[in-house]
Amino acid sequence: MRKTIAVARKEFRQIWRDTRTLMTLLFVPAFFLLLYGYALNFDIRHVGLGVDDRDRTAESRALIAAFVNSGYFDLVASIDGTIAGPDRLRTGSIRRLLSQPPTIDRLMNRNEVRAVLVIPPGLGRALQTGKPIAVQVLLNGDNANTATTVMGYAVTIVRSESARYQPAALASSRAPLVSVEPRVWYNPALRSTLFLVPGLIAYIAMITAVVSTALSIVREKERGTMEQVRMAPLDAASFVVGKTVPYFVVSLLSAFVIIVVAMALFGMPMRGSWLLLLLALSLFLVGALGLGLLISSVAETQQVAFQAALLVSFLPTLMLSGFIFPIASMPRFLQLVTYAVPARYFLIALRGIVLKGAGLQAYGTELVALTAFALVVMALASLRLGRQWA
Amino acid sequence: MNAITVADLTKRFGDFVAVDRLTFAVGQGEVFGFLGSNGAGKSTTIRMLCGLLRPTGGTATVGGIDVGSDPEGVKRRIGYMSQRFSLYERLTVDQNIRFFGGIYGLDRARLEARRRFVLEMAGLSGRENVHAADLAGGWRQRLALGCAILHQPPIVFLDEPTGGVDPLSRREFWSLIDHLSASGVTVLVTTHYLDEAEHCHRVAIIHGGRLAAMGTTDELKRVFADRTIVEVQAANPVETMRLLDRTPEVEKTSVFGTSVHAVLAGGAREAMPLLRQRLEAAGIVVTSMAVVQPSLEDVFLEVIEQREKVPA
Repeated sequence: MRKTIAVARKEFRQIWRDTRTLMTLLFVPAFFLLLYGYALNFDIRHVGLGVDDRDRTAESRALIAAFVNSGYFDLVASIDGTIAGPDRLRTGSIRRLLSQPPTIDRLMNRNEVRAVLVIPPGLGRALQTGKPIAVQVLLNGDNANTATTVMGYAVTIVRSESARYQPAALASSRAPLVSVEPRVWYNPALRSTLFLVPGLIAYIAMITAVVSTALSIVREKERGTMEQVRMAPLDAASFVVGKTVPYFVVSLLSAFVIIVVAMALFGMPMRGSWLLLLLALSLFLVGALGLGLLISSVAETQQVAFQAALLVSFLPTLMLSGFIFPIASMPRFLQLVTYAVPARYFLIALRGIVLKGAGLQAYGTELVALTAFALVVMALASLRLGRQWA
Repeated sequence: MNAITVADLTKRFGDFVAVDRLTFAVGQGEVFGFLGSNGAGKSTTIRMLCGLLRPTGGTATVGGIDVGSDPEGVKRRIGYMSQRFSLYERLTVDQNIRFFGGIYGLDRARLEARRRFVLEMAGLSGRENVHAADLAGGWRQRLALGCAILHQPPIVFLDEPTGGVDPLSRREFWSLIDHLSASGVTVLVTTHYLDEAEHCHRVAIIHGGRLAAMGTTDELKRVFADRTIVEVQAANPVETMRLLDRTPEVEKTSVFGTSVHAVLAGGAREAMPLLRQRLEAAGIVVTSMAVVQPSLEDVFLEVIEQREKVPA
């Protein structure tokens, strides 16, 4: 016990003394969060909109206003030559010089608009008389995800606009309409940050824990201090525990820094119990530290250790955990692989605690899986390290 | 009782035999030197004796404990310091001492006493808070030695302890080793520096994993008992060597700095004036020519050469 404490105290001192490592462990994660949190945003706003209004009635103008007022679209061009928006004024004047009215084709090609609303003549009349009429929405499909999202926006706007004229149609005694009124729980505004931040926490905690543990042991191998320590009557377990505990503490601190930053800056809620969060986080971190130890038992140089740590922590956590890409839509084979990625379980637990405030029964299986992962990795690591030690 | 007893100690790595049936014993309080070129098996032997490597064959007892069956017991009774000065560079002198005291399981009172002793011994009093990385080589080396003997081991292994250290620091280091030995500590030290071997009570020369020669330095020098070594100082050592090699009275030659050592076969002392004549006839200016005592380097080269002639 005294020996373990001696190792742990030494490790703390080394971390403390090594400001670069300390910064990497504590602040880089929070910085990452800022970077990713603002950059990784799947919400699409400020879609460039072109309008070809062939009706020019109060109703058609109301429909255009509904698009603009939704906040998702910016009116950039009118196809019939009236130019809207400050940027367009400049290019528009050049265009007038060339005496070429902007066509839908040109606007789309130059990425000036991603969507064009074409209103057919007779919209106003049709709405007043309750006759069905279609408006056309042209979308730039070069980015399928964006196009799908924008289409969703457009359909919703058009539908709610047409609903304003429904009472007139209903008055002429038609069958009652069934309408869907969707309400999204836990993330009512469907902000993608709320979905991504827990993933980021997992991702960052994984990387720091794996990389720092792996490097700290391999560094001792490289410098020769490992051999010196092995000459002492110190068993492998005391050494490993003494070396891991400081990184566990620092990683835990770092994870909480990320969570607090996420709450303060991204309005992430904390609906569940902090104690359960600590439990899930601890289980996840122990697994990550175990992975780091396992790498350190294989790698002989810090460079190799770093590469290996990135490979086993960075990619799977990013790609195969459900952080960004839903597991359900992966090919069967990859789905099987995700069962070996601890972040997969941790994410479910973390989202459950943070966003839903759900109780233990909601993610009990995941916690068991995390425990199993931690046990297996730790066992493998101590087996390998123990063999090298003796 | 001997502090270290080694019998037929062997270590194989696959087909490669790193240590081949080594047998020797080291008495308590003795300073025992291990000489050998790189890859001769010195470090492998030390690592086996320290309980770090399991021997493939043979036995070794260190401090009365069998290395193969109780490596942990051995570790408690030995101190080890390697050529790489394995201190934590980011820790201070004091933190290094406390760490090593901790992993050797010293209690608070004992650690305090030993800490003061080591600081005193290494001449580091007043520098407790200097980082190990900022210490000069000699100090670092003495601190490493201090950390290795914190737990007062009766046996100390030093694996090329003086590599890369200035001559003055080496001298001071050896006086520390003499003190240790005087207080009854057994020291087994490997070294490249043949002049350092003169500090050892006994020396073993290892070549190709085997014991090539062993004894006090005087005993070892008896390989040349019936022969004469002549040191020749001349303007052109290379040409001098070539000429001497062609002389029947000269058994072999080797370069020592700017001079040439020529080993004359038994009773060839009278040939010296003849040699000088021949050299001068060839236009080589001979500054001096004198019979010298064999140095350990002569012995080392001779022993290695004999070994290579008769492969066993």
